Amino acid sequence: MNIPADLRYTSSHEWVRTETDGTVSIGITDHAQAALGDLVYLDLPAVGRKLGGAEACAVVESVKAASDVYAPLAGEVVAVNAAVVGAPEQVNQDPYAAWLFRLKPADAGAAAKLLDAKAYETMIANA
Amino acid sequence: MLKQTPLNAAHRAAGARMVDFGGWDMPVNYGSQVDEHHAVRTAAGMFDVSHMRVVDLEGAGARDFLRYALANNVDRLQTSGKALYSCLLKPDGTVIDDLIVYFFREDFFRLVVNAGTADKDIAWLRAQITARALAPEPKLTPRDDLAIIAVQGPRARETLPKALPGAAEPVASLKPFNAAIVAGASADVMVARTGYTGEDGFEIVCPKGDAERLWAGLRAAGVAPCGLGARDTLRLEAGMNLYGQDMDETVSPLESGLAWTVDLASPRDFIGKAALMAKPPARQLVGLVLIDKGGVLRAHQTVHSDRGDGEITSGTFGPTLNRSIAFARLPVGVVPGDEVKVVVRDRQLVARVVKPPFVRNGKVLIDVAN
Repeated sequence: MNIPADLRYTSSHEWVRTETDGTVSIGITDHAQAALGDLVYLDLPAVGRKLGGAEACAVVESVKAASDVYAPLAGEVVAVNAAVVGAPEQVNQDPYAAWLFRLKPADAGAAAKLLDAKAYETMIANA
Repeated sequence: MLKQTPLNAAHRAAGARMVDFGGWDMPVNYGSQVDEHHAVRTAAGMFDVSHMRVVDLEGAGARDFLRYALANNVDRLQTSGKALYSCLLKPDGTVIDDLIVYFFREDFFRLVVNAGTADKDIAWLRAQITARALAPEPKLTPRDDLAIIAVQGPRARETLPKALPGAAEPVASLKPFNAAIVAGASADVMVARTGYTGEDGFEIVCPKGDAERLWAGLRAAGVAPCGLGARDTLRLEAGMNLYGQDMDETVSPLESGLAWTVDLASPRDFIGKAALMAKPPARQLVGLVLIDKGGVLRAHQTVHSDRGDGEITSGTFGPTLNRSIAFARLPVGVVPGDEVKVVVRDRQLVARVVKPPFVRNGKVLIDVAN
């Protein structure tokens, strides 16, 4: 299972990458895409929407199931990845390149409080 | 403890993602279920369906009993090897199970029933045999010693004999919905030109001990292992019902798109006939194609039509159609071409009513243009 060391993670299987401008990119983990199987539809939050931490804000649907995506931290949506909406299979092919949306965090330190790669790996190993 | 087929180790070795399917440890995919779907539509794929149960019915009274126990008419089976799809009904006309019955001799019929309903079916059939007080009484034998492998797709005919040389003759000569019994590795093998994908193909019933070798031989011949995920998208595109989703003990076959399998024309009496004759269907099972974007059609979503509301019974994304499709139970009067609205999360998405099948032999049969 691919779990890059430089990202942060949630117990609901989102990954978080802090960009150089202080925004965070959010996607679903390799473990999540493998469990869902072939993705065919993504419903992403509108740019400008303000999200609370752990708020359900997106839906990813595979051939077999629909699953909510939760905001890993509170913040405002500043961008969505239109390319993956048109080609959801990119999330299966490279889940860490296929980000879904970007947030401007309400609290700049929030990302550092999420699970690190080691903790996430331990969590899915014990699930 | 989940039940295992004789191919369990082979699935795991091939990297299958395993799931609990009605108490059976079964492969849902070996990677991408969409790739597996396309393999069956364009080349050849294989499915382990050993969880399904073979039940042999032997003895002089076999045909008479099935004439009474099945909704379809076994008198349509007159040449050895011929197969028939039928429902098994309760006296109230609801569906206990759907099955395929194969005729080999007047004293030998073979049924293949669903995994989740097998024990219930066997108990029901035994009770009906006893109640019928047939003399001599036909003998019902669940064949737990057998495995089933389905080889499906346009290349099934050329690949199967490479793994099972004894199948070469029946593969060349069998017509669809016919079967033959041939010599296998350790014992007789049934080769049937049947399936659940809408493609040409075969279902092989062999001794459990021969299954792993056959599976490996098919892989070596280039047949792609396919899981339950692809099996579901293939059967839905092919317009084939799934017991427990599209029909069960709460509905009539006439409200499940299965009127073509119920013989109400002949004078023959059968279990459930009187109930079906007494009550004309108020609902029907139709196909839906999602027109709007906004999600995937799924079982239990509510459907609004001009004739009243209904519900999706099976829904998915159809890889060959590249669209979401479904079966829905809607009021009688809704016709192909009508537009309906399906409640998907907080939205109402437009879908068009169509007559299944959606896909047959690799060809799209419905208009998917907006």
